Amino acid sequence: MSTMYRDMNGKTDRQVDIAAPAPSIRQANTLPADMESKIAVRDLNFFYGRFKALDSINLEIPPNRVTAFIGPSGCGKSTLLRSFNRIYELYPEQSATGEVLLDGENILDRHYNLNRLRSKVGMVFQKPTPFPMSIYENIAFGVSLYERLPRHAMDERVEWALRKAGLWDEVKDKLRQDGTRLSGGQQQRLCIARAVAVKPEVLLLDEPASALDPLSTLMIEELIDELASDYTIAIVTHNMQQAARVSDFTAFMYLGKLVEINTSDIIFTKPREKATEDYITGRYG
Amino acid sequence: MNLYQRRRLTNAISMTLSVLATGVGLLFLCWILWTLLRHGLPYLRLSTFVENTPPPGSQGGLGNAIVGSIILTVGGVLIGTPLGILAGTYLSEFGRGSRLAMVVRFVNDVLLSAPSIVIGVFVYEILVRTMGHFSAWAGTVALGLIVIPIVVRTSEDMLRLVSDTMREAASALGAPQWKVITNIVYRAARPGILTGILLAVARISGETAPLLFTALNNQFWSTRLDQPIANLPVVIFQFAMSPYEDWQHLAWAGALIITFSILTLNILARTFLRGRRQ
Repeated sequence: MSTMYRDMNGKTDRQVDIAAPAPSIRQANTLPADMESKIAVRDLNFFYGRFKALDSINLEIPPNRVTAFIGPSGCGKSTLLRSFNRIYELYPEQSATGEVLLDGENILDRHYNLNRLRSKVGMVFQKPTPFPMSIYENIAFGVSLYERLPRHAMDERVEWALRKAGLWDEVKDKLRQDGTRLSGGQQQRLCIARAVAVKPEVLLLDEPASALDPLSTLMIEELIDELASDYTIAIVTHNMQQAARVSDFTAFMYLGKLVEINTSDIIFTKPREKATEDYITGRYG
Repeated sequence: MNLYQRRRLTNAISMTLSVLATGVGLLFLCWILWTLLRHGLPYLRLSTFVENTPPPGSQGGLGNAIVGSIILTVGGVLIGTPLGILAGTYLSEFGRGSRLAMVVRFVNDVLLSAPSIVIGVFVYEILVRTMGHFSAWAGTVALGLIVIPIVVRTSEDMLRLVSDTMREAASALGAPQWKVITNIVYRAARPGILTGILLAVARISGETAPLLFTALNNQFWSTRLDQPIANLPVVIFQFAMSPYEDWQHLAWAGALIITFSILTLNILARTFLRGRRQ
């Protein structure tokens, strides 16, 4: 348990720069000068048909940190996440304008190769989605989209990914078993293993624990904490305690706008905006 | 009467009605099976499966008709299933909400409810008349036309049952759409699609009207697709209507064979599918 609170207590250097009063929201949304952003969002608008779901979002997501998105239902946090890997393109009526820069390159650009994007940005969904195949194949499926591995190398990769997701000890003797027969929490960790197996740089987690029991939730949170050292993680959550526990930075969104983003300590102790304070103290949402 | 008692009464009434309805359905099913067994079983011998359909007054079996029926049914499924699955895939995966898909779905529903005799006449007109004679080919095409709408409908329904999150999850890994469909969606929908094909098999193996106009019948052993071919439904139709007792007995045996083949096929498929899930 103690590791989970590390960020809340142990952060020093970054806190100091950011805690200084900022003149505008816009400015507060940028990172401290010494941090390069992994993902930078510039003037992003998102449309479901004619309905505007995101309204000129600007923010930066630092590398190898956990950034949480909170806000009431329908505020656009999941939509924002879904624009980071262009998964919304599955639905012709959805569109985005503006820029999402991944390492400085605009991924919303039609010329940005979708396959390349998704090899760099993995995603885990709210509902566990094991594919209707064995545990082994569930992981090998994604890997084989990018790499042609000989049998033993694939075996190693599967084990590596399952270990990363903290699932190896539970499934090592039944890799040939159907993935859909695992418990909900195990299924979700299988999905995380599957995403990790293709060696992405960014992991998008869309309410990854909201369908799980408290114990499985705890395991997922510990997992996020461990993965944060290797991956840039963006997580959407309805659970503010969870955001406070797992994230280094937190963004509060409301009605399609980004209200503020800051270190999680500040958001949850002394947010600058009244709306944020009202939300985290439970006055609405 | 208080609320609780009223609910209990409503529950009792609907329960009784449901049980009665189930009972009526089961009663007729058992009745049909019983009648078939009573009249057909005594004439089910080895010779029934081996010998060809006899002229009136002499001994024989249904060998040529059984083989002919298998050929026609397999042929119909081979023609109808790929087309049906592909069209179902279009409706579920590519054409969602598009105008063309709506039209295709509507036309398919019309085809689904088209009387099979109309399909027989249609194939008669385009194949039998142009070829100049009845043939097994024409029979398989007619049966294939009956298979298509059934498979389209069940495939589409079953593919739609696969959750969009599953498609999203596969796409998010970077899989192109064709891979998502063939590797993930088909796999998830496989039991349902197979059930649809089985439904189609059950439906066409008893069809008589379209075969009367296309495959017709053949008194002799023939497996040639360009010739008329013997088949159980038409033989049953012909023999049952005849005044000859031998023929009527064979008709009962034929009806029993069709019914129990389909029953067995269904049971086997179900146990097989269930076995795979566990």
